[in-house]
Amino acid sequence: MIKVKLFATFREGRQKEVNFDYFEGITGRFIINKLNIKEKDVAIFLVNGLDGKLDDPLSDGDVISLFPPVGGG
Amino acid sequence: MFGYAGKILRVNLTERKFKFEDLNLELAKKYIGGRGLASKIFMDEVDPNVEPLSPENKLIIATGPLTGTPVPTGGRYMVITKSPLTGTIACSNSGGYFGAELKAAGLDMIIFEGKAESPVYVAIEDDKVEIRDASHLWGKLVSETTDELKKEYGDKSKVLCIGPAGEKLSRIAAVMNDYDRAAGRSGVGAVMGSKNVKAIVVKGSKGIKLYDKEKVREVARNKTKMLRENGVTGEGLPTYGTAVLVNIINEHGIFPVANFQRAYTEHADKISGETMTREILVRKNPCYGCPIACGRWIRLKDGREVGGPEYETLWAFGADCEVYDINAIAEANYWCNEYGLDTISTGPTIAAAMELYEKGYIKDDEIEKDGYSLKFGDAEAVVGWVKKIGAREGFGDKMAEGSYRLCESYGVPELSMSVKKQELPAYDPRGAQGHGLEYATSNRGGCHVRGYMISPEILGIPQKLDRFSLEGKAEWVKTFQDLTAVIDSLGLCLFTSFALGAQDYVDLVNAVCGTDYTAETLLEVGSRIYTLERLFNLKAGIDPKEDKLPKRLLEEPIPEGPSKGHVHKLSELLPKYYDVRGWDDNGYPTKETLQKLGI
Repeated sequence: MIKVKLFATFREGRQKEVNFDYFEGITGRFIINKLNIKEKDVAIFLVNGLDGKLDDPLSDGDVISLFPPVGGG
Repeated sequence: MFGYAGKILRVNLTERKFKFEDLNLELAKKYIGGRGLASKIFMDEVDPNVEPLSPENKLIIATGPLTGTPVPTGGRYMVITKSPLTGTIACSNSGGYFGAELKAAGLDMIIFEGKAESPVYVAIEDDKVEIRDASHLWGKLVSETTDELKKEYGDKSKVLCIGPAGEKLSRIAAVMNDYDRAAGRSGVGAVMGSKNVKAIVVKGSKGIKLYDKEKVREVARNKTKMLRENGVTGEGLPTYGTAVLVNIINEHGIFPVANFQRAYTEHADKISGETMTREILVRKNPCYGCPIACGRWIRLKDGREVGGPEYETLWAFGADCEVYDINAIAEANYWCNEYGLDTISTGPTIAAAMELYEKGYIKDDEIEKDGYSLKFGDAEAVVGWVKKIGAREGFGDKMAEGSYRLCESYGVPELSMSVKKQELPAYDPRGAQGHGLEYATSNRGGCHVRGYMISPEILGIPQKLDRFSLEGKAEWVKTFQDLTAVIDSLGLCLFTSFALGAQDYVDLVNAVCGTDYTAETLLEVGSRIYTLERLFNLKAGIDPKEDKLPKRLLEEPIPEGPSKGHVHKLSELLPKYYDVRGWDDNGYPTKETLQKLGI
């Protein structure tokens, strides 16, 4: 299973967390497409808390965090 | 004279006299204004070895040339003095409306000298200045003081003041303005208190002359559009405020928990911007001329509506004290604003006390009479301690000195998560190497807004850097520190830099002031300001060996979460940084560097 955590405006009209069944070759791009999130809106894409690439294959048990452009301080 | 008001008000408190002086335009061009120019004037006039809370220290309230102009976010002012917390030069910045009003009254800055015999406040209505008795205001909370002065000078007047914490010389006291905005850091409120100055009330009706009105309108419109169309300044910050960072920083595993003992928590979402927006937000609470409007107006549990907590504050009273109750944090924030305390130092001082208690240094009998525990996670106690610190009551009196002096009094200064005795903010540098270098080299001690490396290392602005890598970080830190010195000195908000670059600031300042800065020369001014501040600190006896981080961050790997296993590698970064700055191996600016910068 892949756990996907959504933050900020990505939560509007969606759940905070969505689970995806794992299959070989599943990628971040597959997931954002399924969630109807455009690539250009993804500012931070983390796999287990580290910067990830949308096209890299994921592993079973991975946790994905998705953020739109955000900042503060 | 364009952009600048052209006048400085000098108040001699000892003699209860004041006079107006002309602004030195040539010097202004070299140091811009605000932070830069005030630091230069301060250094020319004050012995770096001055005792910060003595009458010989001075306190400067300074605006920049863009403060009060139609340029977006042009509402900032700064407080420059020698810090009683760090012993370094201090520059604390604030937004709200006071800065723009001061400029409208025809003043670029106010210089306070000496010490009033009894409490006073200063009333300014354009050219009319009065130093008045403030005995009826002494002891009052920030909202009470502000209400009282507004009653007398009208609702349009703007008030800057200290609360009881500043009066009682707490080293973590802030200067407050417009009820809930703070020039928070480095204990500047205590310096104001030491001079017996309770408040400044100001009303201005003068205009600011612009070099090219049409051009200013066009450039301001264009930059406002850039701010509105940018994802961070146009959507993220307006929707959630700075609190949006809670989940981001936690998901990266650099959200300090329990006095930096850990760096990730399962509970972050309970105190996040998303939760704050859903549960307690009433509306946005913008500063003067700001299209971003990140400030929050929230509802406390008892129904009162007040200014809401920033990201740093949500962390300081939240994860750092292991309190995951957004209502309690909002209340702690409220009391900090009322007593005039810096939230970024107050929360971590309580967190340090909690670790001292956990490790057995603080005993039950020391805090019994106060009626509050020092157990991590005790939300009610955190709110209680804020009030005790603000009033310097019971054990709060000890905590009012800040975490370093507190931990030192138990023989374990290393448990204070501070740099140069100032508490670190809400990012664990073990998982953001550049940001750690910035903490260690910040001229006002532990601070995130002298060169915000979280922007490239975490947020990917203006480009994404590998947060664990050391490559190129010294250069990045220098550039960010120099650019920040420019933005501060102009009188603009640092958050504009999420959307704007050096050339945009050049466009703005040249249109307003008729100057001929280029991106290169403007950044050189930034470098000049940074190096000047460094010189002050060296002369004040701050050893370059103080360019360090708490031992925990250098030696203990982060125990869990996404940044698990990392420590900060400061010793590898620092020599490179000195080199990039043109400082020698020991951290002293070389003759050539000073010559090149015209210092």
